[in-house]
Amino acid sequence: MDDSHSTLSGIPLLPVYGEGPLPGEYPYTRGVHADMYRSRLWTMRMFAGFGTATDTNGRFKELLRSGSTGLSTAFDMPTLMGRDSDHPWSLGEVGRAGVAVDTVEDMADLFSDIDLGGVSTSMTINGPAAILLAMYMVVAEQGGVDRSRLAGTLQNDILKEYQAQKEYIFPPRPSVRLVTDVIRFTAAEMPRWNPVSVSGYHIREAGSTAVQELAFTLANGFAYIESAVAAGLNVDAFAPRLSFFFNSHVDFFEEIGKFRAARRIWARWLRDRYGAVDERSLKLRFHTQTAGVSLTAQQPDTNIARVALQALAGVLGGTQSLHTDSHDEALALPSEEAARTALRTQQVIAHETGVTAVADPLGGSAYVEWITDEVERRAEEVFSHLDEIGGGSILEGVYEGIQSGWFMGEIAESAYRFEREVNSGERIMVGVNAFTEGNDSSGTELLRVSQETEDDQCARLATVRSERDSEAVAGSLGRVVADATDPDVNLMPSLIAAVEARTTVGEIVEALEGVFGSYVETAVV
Amino acid sequence: MGPTEPASLPVVAQLAEASRLGDRSATARLLSLVERGGDLADEVASATHSHTGEAHVVGITGAPGSGKSTITNSLTTLLAEAGKRPAVLAVDPSSPLTGGAILGDRVRMNDASGVGVFIRSMATRGHAGGLALAVPGAIRVLDAAGFNPVVIETVGVGQVEVDITDAADTTIVVVAPGWGDAVQANKAGLLEVADLFVVNKADRPGATDVSRDLELMLDLSTVPGRVGTERPSITMTTATEGEGIGELATAVAGHLELLSQGVELDRRRETRRIAEVRAHLDYLLGGAAEEVLATERLEPVQAFESPMMVARRLARRLAGQLLG
Amino acid sequence: MVDTGLPIRIVLAKLGFDGHDRGLKVVARMLRDAGMEVVYLGLRQTTDSVIKAVEQEDADVVGISMHNAGHLTLGPMIVAALDEAGLDVPVVIGGIVPDVDLPDLEAAGVAAVLGPGAPVDEVVSTVRAVAGLDGPN
Repeated sequence: MDDSHSTLSGIPLLPVYGEGPLPGEYPYTRGVHADMYRSRLWTMRMFAGFGTATDTNGRFKELLRSGSTGLSTAFDMPTLMGRDSDHPWSLGEVGRAGVAVDTVEDMADLFSDIDLGGVSTSMTINGPAAILLAMYMVVAEQGGVDRSRLAGTLQNDILKEYQAQKEYIFPPRPSVRLVTDVIRFTAAEMPRWNPVSVSGYHIREAGSTAVQELAFTLANGFAYIESAVAAGLNVDAFAPRLSFFFNSHVDFFEEIGKFRAARRIWARWLRDRYGAVDERSLKLRFHTQTAGVSLTAQQPDTNIARVALQALAGVLGGTQSLHTDSHDEALALPSEEAARTALRTQQVIAHETGVTAVADPLGGSAYVEWITDEVERRAEEVFSHLDEIGGGSILEGVYEGIQSGWFMGEIAESAYRFEREVNSGERIMVGVNAFTEGNDSSGTELLRVSQETEDDQCARLATVRSERDSEAVAGSLGRVVADATDPDVNLMPSLIAAVEARTTVGEIVEALEGVFGSYVETAVV
Repeated sequence: MGPTEPASLPVVAQLAEASRLGDRSATARLLSLVERGGDLADEVASATHSHTGEAHVVGITGAPGSGKSTITNSLTTLLAEAGKRPAVLAVDPSSPLTGGAILGDRVRMNDASGVGVFIRSMATRGHAGGLALAVPGAIRVLDAAGFNPVVIETVGVGQVEVDITDAADTTIVVVAPGWGDAVQANKAGLLEVADLFVVNKADRPGATDVSRDLELMLDLSTVPGRVGTERPSITMTTATEGEGIGELATAVAGHLELLSQGVELDRRRETRRIAEVRAHLDYLLGGAAEEVLATERLEPVQAFESPMMVARRLARRLAGQLLG
Repeated sequence: MVDTGLPIRIVLAKLGFDGHDRGLKVVARMLRDAGMEVVYLGLRQTTDSVIKAVEQEDADVVGISMHNAGHLTLGPMIVAALDEAGLDVPVVIGGIVPDVDLPDLEAAGVAAVLGPGAPVDEVVSTVRAVAGLDGPN
C-alpha cells in the first residue's frame, strides 16, 4: 500500500495537508474520516434494473464480476408508484425504466444466487419503500440471512417527491409517518441498514441550482429528524444511519463547495439544534451520482468526459459512494457496454490519478474555501425561510412549502432560467449550442426493452395470484388497514406479514390509500 | 383548427344546433368563436340567445392558493354525480408581455373531468373585444347547450377585466387560513360581493379564526350581503378531502331558491344584461374613437388647441359619423 | 392557411406514471412566452382525460411528454384515440425518442417529435408548423 502514497515521481505524501480542523474533525468540512480514501475507497455503486427480475439479476451478477462492490436497484415506474404490472396505467411502462416487482416472488428472483449477507444493496424507491424493504428482508431470511446482517440503503425520501420527482402516492403527513416507521424499525432491528437516503439528486435533476439542491435536501433531512424525535426516538439512535444522495453537476468548484458545505451545516445543526452528542450523528455521509440532465443526446461520446469530471468533483468533495452515468443515457437505458465504461471511469480516478492519496486535497484553496462559505450562507437563508413559515419547525416549514407550491416554483424558475441561458447562447453546452459538427447519434447501440417483458411479467403476476392463499391475503390486508388507522402503531410488522402472504405491492398500496388518501399536487408551472 | 379556419354564418347555426343536441366539440368551437369576438361572436350570440336563461350561473372567486380549483372540482363532481350537467369556465390571466398564458386549472379538475363535467379554460387577454364580452358570451353558449349550473372560476375581483359579480347569479368567495384570509378579503373588496363564503382548508390551524373574523366583519359591515337583509352564510370545507362540499352544494341551491322567490334573480340578470350592453358600447365607441384618432393628423404646432379641445372636436366628428 | 393572429391553444400532458415534468414545465413556459395559450394538464393523465381536454378546449395541438421509453405504445395510442373521437388535432411527442423509432411514430400519425433539450426556436416553430402556421413569427 505504501507505494500508492507517493506521487508518480516518487515524492512521498502525507495523508493530509493544511491546518485544522482536519478531516475527521468537527465540523467535518474536510471530510468525515481522517485519512479518507487511503483507508477505504468509495463504494462503486452502479444503478441497474430493467425488464423482469431475472433480467436484472443477470446484470447484477455481471456488475459484481466486474468489480462493483454494491448493488443499486432501479425499479420500474409502476413499482415506484406502488401499482401492479397489470394496472391499466402500467401499460407501456412495465420493466422499461427499471425492474418490475409485484410480489415477494419477484424480489426472490431479483437476488437469486447473490449472497445478501455479503453485499450492500441500495434500493431506489420511495412511496412504497416500506413494502419493498419488507420484501427484501423476507427474501434474505428465507435464504438464511438474518435481518440484522443486512447492509444497504433504502431511498425512502418522500419529501423530495412532492418537491421534485413527483412519485408520491399518499399525502405528505401519512407518508412521513411511513418513513418514520421504517426509521424506528431499522433502528431497533437492522443496525447495518440506512433507512433513508435524503436525496438532492432529483431536486437538481428537476432543474434546481446547487444551492437549492443543498438547502432543500438538508431541510428534508432536518424534517425527518424532527419527525423521528417526535415519534419518541433519541436523535443519536437513528441519525448515524441517515445518509444523503447528491448530484454532481458540471460546475466543478461549486459542486465541491456544495459537498463541503453540506457536511459542515449538518454537523452544526445536529449538534446545536437537535442536541446530538454521538459523533457519528454529526457526520454527513453521502452517495453521489453524476448529473443525468447534463448528458446530451448530441455526440453522446462526449458524455464520457462530462461524467469523468463530475465524478472527480464528487471524489474531491469526499463522497462515500459513487454512481457514474453511462454516456448513452440521454438516448435510452444504459447498455451493458456503456455501463462498463462508466464504471471504468471511476476505477481510473481511484487507481490511476492519485487523488485518493491525500484527504481533501483542495482544502485551503482560497477559492474553494470561499465558495464553500458562500454556498453555506445561501443555504442558511433557505432554512431561515422554512423555519419562519413553519413557525419554528423545519418539518412544518417543509409541509407548508410543499402545500403552497413554494419548492416547485423555485425549482421551475431555476430550470427555466437555465434553459433560457442555453437558448440565448449565454451558456455553452458542447455539441448542443456550440461545436455541433459531427452531431449524429445513430451509431450508438441502444438497449431496448420489448413488449414481451410486460406480457411475461403480467403472466407471472397472474400465476402468483392464482396460486396463493387468498384468505391469507385478505387477512393480511385487514391487518395493514387496522395498523394504518392507528398512528402510534409501527406498520412494518403488518407489511412483512402481508408480503409473506404474497400480497402484491399494488394491493397493499390500495389498502393504505383507503386510510391515508391520495395526493394531488398543487400545480406550479 | 382554432386559429386558422374562418367559420361562416351557416356554420355558426349548424354548430349551435349541434351544441344544443350535446355535441361537445361544437360547444367548444362556439366558445372559440366567442373568444375571438367580432362579427362571428355576434352571430353566436344571436344563435344561442333564445335558448338561454335556464342555467344557474355561479361565480367562485378568492385569492390564489385559497383552493378555488379544488372546490370547483369537488362541487361540480358532486353535482354531476347527482345527475346535473355542470360546466366550468376557468379564467386565468394572460401574460401582459406576450399575450400567452398557462391555463393550469384542469390539473386539479381530474375528478370533474372524469365524471363528464365540461371544463373550458379561458385566458384574460388576446380576445378581440376583451373578456367583459367573452365571459357573458361563453356563459350563453354553455347555457344554450344545456349545462346547468355554469360555474365561473376567476382569480378575483379587480384582478381581471370582468367583475365576477357582473356575470354570476350567485357569488362564492373562498378564503383560507394564510391564503387570502378574511382581512385580506375585506381589503380586496370581496366582502361586499359575496353571497356565500367558504372557509377552505378547515383542517388547518387558524381556520376557525378566519371564520370568526368573517363573522365579525359581517357584523360590522353596512353592506350585509348582496340580497337585501340576507347575511351570507359561511361554509367550512376541506376541499381536498371533499369535506363540507355537500353543505356547500346545499347552500348554493338555497341561494338560488332565495333569489327566485322574489324579483332578485330577474333584477340581477337585468343588471347583467345592462353590464353587457355597456361592455359592447364601450367596445364600439372605443373602436370608433381609435379609427377617428388614426385618421386625424394631430398638428403639434397648433398650440392654441388644448388636448381637451381636440378631443371635443373629434367627439363631435365621431357623433356625426355614428349617427350619420 | 390563414394566420388569424389569435393565440395557438395547445394541451400539454404526461401520460401514465412518469413524474419527470421538468421538460413539460419548461416547454409550457417557452410556449407561453411565444404568445400561445397552454392548457396544462400535468402529470398522470389518461388517454381519456387528454381527449376530453382537447375537445373541450378546442385545442389546435396536443403535446405529450414521455421519458420512459413507452413512446411506441403510448404515442400511437393517443393518435388512435383522437381519431376515434373525431378530433383532427396534431400530436407532438417530447422526450427521449431514439432516431430509429421516428419512422414508426410517423407511420402511426405522430406529427412531430421533440428531443430533450430542444431549443426554444425549434419547440415554437414545430408547434406553429403542426398547427398549420408555417414560417417565423
